Amino acid sequence: MLQLERIKEGNKDILRLIGEVDASNSVLLDQSMQEILQQGATFLLIDGNQLGYISSAGLGVFMSYLDDFSEQGIRFAIFGLNDQVSEVFKILGLDRLIQIVPDKSTAITLGNEP
Amino acid sequence: MSHKLNLSCCTSALVELRSFLQLSLKTYGFSEVDRHQLILAVEEVCANLIIHSHACNPKELIHLEVKELKKKLSIEITDKGDAFNLLEYEVPDLKKVIEEKRKGGIGIFLVKKIMDEIEFESKNGKNTCRLIKNFPSTVEP
Repeated sequence: MLQLERIKEGNKDILRLIGEVDASNSVLLDQSMQEILQQGATFLLIDGNQLGYISSAGLGVFMSYLDDFSEQGIRFAIFGLNDQVSEVFKILGLDRLIQIVPDKSTAITLGNEP
Repeated sequence: MSHKLNLSCCTSALVELRSFLQLSLKTYGFSEVDRHQLILAVEEVCANLIIHSHACNPKELIHLEVKELKKKLSIEITDKGDAFNLLEYEVPDLKKVIEEKRKGGIGIFLVKKIMDEIEFESKNGKNTCRLIKNFPSTVEP
């Protein structure tokens, strides 16, 4: 089960993932990301506080946007991951390619950097 | 003791696979992080089979057996679909996957990183993939 919630906070778009991302529902994550970007997001945050599981299908969705983010100067960060999920990002080395931070306030300060 | 599951070949069955593994892996002394990764590795293999070897046909089945084998954890995945030999699969370069905006191809990379040994055989139309993990060391520091 995956539930997606989209929250707009000033210049930030927050996508909250609730539940588990696997091959059966990663397309929903992809659709939400696409929608947010099409609407001109400049600072996208993924709230992973309630994300219990993510398989390669979900990680692949994030990876497929990384080039677009850097080409279009879009800030992207993931926050609130639990230890188990965070470890999965590390196995692939994605923690070196994506800003993964402990909480929302740290994620927001990233946006204040020049 | 062994735990067995017959899994229907549809991606919506993956949630059932995770609850089965959550229960059957509990008794072996793995940490929560290790169990999470083992579940992920098994799911990646099964998701691959469901999608690529069985074209998401829910009438077809994948058989799983979790057991102790030669003092290691063995998760045996058998099916009768097109054989997919993990061992021959070349792990793609992460940078290339990102450049090409491919959304797949990294699952087997995870499996190879997580498991200690992988065995594969295909005989008389039956494929067996064995994922093996050493038990956590119980030696106190």
